[in-house]
Amino acid sequence: MIEIKNVSKWYADFHVLDDCSTFVGKGDVVVICGPSGSGKSTLIKCVNGLEPFQKGEITVDGTSVGQKGVNLNALRSRIGMVFQNFELFPHMTVLQNIALGQTKVLGRTEPEAHDRSMLLLDRVGLVDQADKHPAQLSGGQQQRVAIARALAMDPIAMLFDEPTSALDPEMINEVLDVMVELAKEGMTMMVVTHEMGFARKVADKVIFMDEGRIVEEANTKEFFEKPRSERAQEFLSKILSH
Amino acid sequence: MFKDFDWAVIGRALPFLVDGMGMTLQLTVIAIFGGICFGTLLALLRISPFRPISFVAGSYVNFFRSMPLILVIFWFYFLVPQIIGRPIGGFYSVLIAFVMFEAAYYCEIIRAGIQSVTRGQIMAGTAIGLSYIQAMRYIVLPQAFRNMIPVLLTQSIIMFQDTSLVYVVGLRDFLTSADLIATRDNRLVELYSTIAVVYFILCLLGSLAVRRLQRKYTI
Repeated sequence: MIEIKNVSKWYADFHVLDDCSTFVGKGDVVVICGPSGSGKSTLIKCVNGLEPFQKGEITVDGTSVGQKGVNLNALRSRIGMVFQNFELFPHMTVLQNIALGQTKVLGRTEPEAHDRSMLLLDRVGLVDQADKHPAQLSGGQQQRVAIARALAMDPIAMLFDEPTSALDPEMINEVLDVMVELAKEGMTMMVVTHEMGFARKVADKVIFMDEGRIVEEANTKEFFEKPRSERAQEFLSKILSH
Repeated sequence: MFKDFDWAVIGRALPFLVDGMGMTLQLTVIAIFGGICFGTLLALLRISPFRPISFVAGSYVNFFRSMPLILVIFWFYFLVPQIIGRPIGGFYSVLIAFVMFEAAYYCEIIRAGIQSVTRGQIMAGTAIGLSYIQAMRYIVLPQAFRNMIPVLLTQSIIMFQDTSLVYVVGLRDFLTSADLIATRDNRLVELYSTIAVVYFILCLLGSLAVRRLQRKYTI
């Protein structure tokens, strides 16, 4: 479904991504972890073309992302993305946030979009917040709206860029619950996160990155029980020690 | 000392002054509308990642911001007609001058407004499949305009005062009307003070509106 082949990216002289390759099959949940600045977020932003890359190839469902002439907007509409800082549109209500892409990109009518949005809001448990503005919601609620907004486009895959990093601890679970649910339903997901509990529970595969490289890629059980690389062992011992 | 003054002159001149105020308001509204439309276009060009385009827009802005407004009015009134071989007329020449001049200032305000919207917002918009233009229209510009309403209004108040410069091409706005009566009836003090009060009240109302809007739109 998502294939990343020898992708490299530079910011001027700085090598952000160094020859990264991986594969995400349909229905797979892949967790990407690693220290900050290791290129995790950049890598998943390359998948839907939000970040350009200089070398290598990424294909999503057979469409090459980096290639010239590819309709990136059409491709992006099929890949959901959830950001660290939610990035809800502050001048719109919750409902309008979820409906915007449906009407302007997918061409659904207002009533169609409304019904679909309400269905999704119900799913993330926020029906009663439909007419509020994002600023009136808690961080956890905002992130759940952001997930609903991405799901409204009926995506073939979802990308999560540190979805719980900006949240207060007591709000992390309400967001993770929605994500676990999604994973169980068979959504293809790439998740950048430090939530190792989430990784253990639902991930099929864990990718560990450091300094722009994919240092280790293993199935979840293997990664947590006996990480091969020293760097991953060190990382795990640090974040799992508490 | 006030016994020598004849304030009744204001009452007699009122229809003439109101007529002049009509011209002033007409110029102000059209110039603000045109200036903001053209200024938005300039701002979008100015933030274009394509260098030659942003350079042209940037040069335009820098050029007009280094010119006195009155000189721009003179150009369109005196010089441009010579180039195109026919007169433009007072009204249209000042209107073109105002729009082109004010657009340079509005451009900078709007550009700052657009840049006050974070990059993450554009990303979020494009991530759901919106094109760059759609993301600008539905996400960035609505937020940008909310952020810049106070500054836009302040600039528009300045614009309103600047319309009095049409005096130089003989267009009869509020100030010119007052001046005509003042010199004809030799009632300079009465008329100049009265219109000062009117300008003051209108601009004060404008500033109060700015403050109210500022409170209303603070997100």
